Amino acid sequence: MATSNKTRLVDEMKMQSGQDPNECYQCAKCSAACPVTAAMDLLPHQVIRYLQLGFEEDLAKSNTPWICASCFTCAARCPRDLDLARMMEGIRLVMLRRREGNKFGPADLTPEQLEKLPQQALVSGFRKYNK
Amino acid sequence: MPRTGVFICHCGTNIAGTVDIEKAVEASRNFPGVVHAADYRYLCSEMGQDLIKKAIVDNQLDRVVVGTCSPRMHEGTFRKAAAEAGLNPYLLEVANIREHCSWVHKDIEEATPKAISLLRAAAAKAVLNESLDAPELEVEKRALVIGGGIAGIQAAIDIAEAGYEVDVVEREPSIGGRMAQLEKTFPTLDCSACILTPKMVEAAQHPNVNLITYSEVEEVKGFVGQFDVKIRQKARSVDPVKCTGCGICYEKCPSKASSEFEMGLSKRKAIYIPFPQAVPNVPVIDRDACLYFTKGRCQICEKECPPQAIVYDQEDEIFERRYGTIIVATGFDQMNPSQYGEYGYGQHPDILTGLEFERLFNASGPTGGKVVRLSDGKPPEKVVFIQCVGSRDKARGMNYCSKICCMYTAKQAILLKEKVPDAKSYVFYIDVRTAGKGYEEFQRRAAEEYDVAYLRGQVGKIFPDGDHLVVHGVDSLSGKIIEIKADMVVLAAASIARADSPELGRIVGINSDSYHFFNEAHPKLKPVETHTAGVFIAGACQAPKDIPDTVAQASAAAVKAVGLLSKEFLKGEACTAEVNQAECSGCLYCEAVCPYSAISPVEIEERYQGGTLKRTVAEVNPALCQGCGSCTVICRSGSINLKGFSNEQILAEVDAICLQR
Repeated sequence: MATSNKTRLVDEMKMQSGQDPNECYQCAKCSAACPVTAAMDLLPHQVIRYLQLGFEEDLAKSNTPWICASCFTCAARCPRDLDLARMMEGIRLVMLRRREGNKFGPADLTPEQLEKLPQQALVSGFRKYNK
Repeated sequence: MPRTGVFICHCGTNIAGTVDIEKAVEASRNFPGVVHAADYRYLCSEMGQDLIKKAIVDNQLDRVVVGTCSPRMHEGTFRKAAAEAGLNPYLLEVANIREHCSWVHKDIEEATPKAISLLRAAAAKAVLNESLDAPELEVEKRALVIGGGIAGIQAAIDIAEAGYEVDVVEREPSIGGRMAQLEKTFPTLDCSACILTPKMVEAAQHPNVNLITYSEVEEVKGFVGQFDVKIRQKARSVDPVKCTGCGICYEKCPSKASSEFEMGLSKRKAIYIPFPQAVPNVPVIDRDACLYFTKGRCQICEKECPPQAIVYDQEDEIFERRYGTIIVATGFDQMNPSQYGEYGYGQHPDILTGLEFERLFNASGPTGGKVVRLSDGKPPEKVVFIQCVGSRDKARGMNYCSKICCMYTAKQAILLKEKVPDAKSYVFYIDVRTAGKGYEEFQRRAAEEYDVAYLRGQVGKIFPDGDHLVVHGVDSLSGKIIEIKADMVVLAAASIARADSPELGRIVGINSDSYHFFNEAHPKLKPVETHTAGVFIAGACQAPKDIPDTVAQASAAAVKAVGLLSKEFLKGEACTAEVNQAECSGCLYCEAVCPYSAISPVEIEERYQGGTLKRTVAEVNPALCQGCGSCTVICRSGSINLKGFSNEQILAEVDAICLQR
């Protein structure tokens, strides 16, 4: 069990997001406020806890950063002024850059989908799942 | 040339760690006028002081420079030592080489020359130091307590018992404060009124205590020993001498207004006493709600009052009194949590703050002591308590812990179980903090014996669903999302400073922290003193505080006040301003800026071209002058000097630093 948070993922995430997970005191308000926890395997505050403790491998397996819809409710509610959505974004970026490459591009969509989906959804989808 | 001695303190490693003491001593020997230089590990110790005293005698020193900590810390100590060696204490000068040098630097190469510069400046100033004498000031043997809550009451009783007169100024119509609003007190579950009202009565009946209720302090002038205070006694519209407290007036009064004492949960009459045990038991007419004052008719209270005590044309009365010392004990407010949209406070009658919920337990409260939902009057089955609403929240609330919420929530959950045995309580918390005698045991009793479910996590949203309030939260220990169909929600809203505390602070001369709580003079060693001599603070106006701490602090403040009052004379300020009347042009700008009213115009006669000429110049009353220096700055002709900090002395210091390099 890694108990140091001086791992690469945490450092990179901090650099990407400008957020320090050690500022969190685990009140779990983010999890209580998050509208999509039902689909997550780890609750948002648990993701932060894993970051604090450096459980990098477990984080790599978790679907939570990918489920996060970036609605920013967590950031608006957080009493420690942490922006969780940015942290999730940071984790996603680290993962994508580390091994997987782009997860999702225009080639993955049918012409009808491309036709029907709003531009904004496409752009944010590409941003979320690509390098 | 005076003979100066320089003494440099190591302060253990506090100074010696970052300042090369040996170098500093060597450099000091070369300052103009210095005939002796030495160092010691702790100059403030008995041995260190003896070293200074001996050197003064052996070397016939007539000026002393000590390179030590801030003069705030030990100037008094060293001046006393110098005086014991036969030197006027004001011939000693402190060079602050700790706070101003060693503590703020890490590099010995940088800190050492800076320390030497500071010492050189102090030595240059010391050469120009003169012997000064502090005037003696009379002490008015009367104390003023601002605020009549438990802190103010306790302080007043203690001062009165010590044999001194004390006035208590209370803004509300009755003394009692926040404690009067509480049903029970933790961790003993004493009935709050049962332990408070005897103290209220004791204060009211004590021959040395004078209660001035429904009044506010408007202005404070003067200084320790002689504060001149202007107090506005608001018009009660009732003659307190005639009134017998029979209560017929508020029984008959047809007009109603929201009750402040009941946190707005119920109505009171336009003529009212805030609560049944009010002291003094004299009603007040709320002129904004009274039909006679708003519409010009009614006057039922006047007709019904048996002793004819109603006085509609009573006016606010402003009077001035002199006090030797002031204790400020103005208490706290509860934050309005409506800014937390997710909790829905203010949008549903069954979402209450802790203090509002407290009133439901009280027999004279809005529900007559029945704990029921305000929406439908039914007893609640599930009550959710939420902790840290606005506390420990640097994003939207207060950074600090409000200290009392963990305990009063446990208390309310216990009381709820006793009043409504079928009720189940849930407490969402971040941490449970129960430091205090018997506190931890009390909280555990709530969890273990009263079946209160403690959920470690916060609430994300609350929304009404039919008769219920659905509380959507989380238990972070299990990692499970929790949804509770609650009947009531109680928010432990943050304890905050009174909204007008900065204003009172300005009037009395106390500074506040960033949350507007009053600042003590030292967080550990001067917990009830302020930076204004003779002004003390007690209770929750300093920081959130429970009743035992408040009472302890009130007694502490009372002792400080009594200590002052017991003195026949106080030593005044020796460093006072002095006018060179030959140069003074008589513009009297100094009189306008003096905060202590110490400067007044005076007419002098001068010889001029063979005759005499009368002209007006400024004069300083050294008993009133506090040595702030405002007048020396504003003086256009430079004819005012502050003794001990004269223009020549300050310039000598600047030269000593600037001309060196």
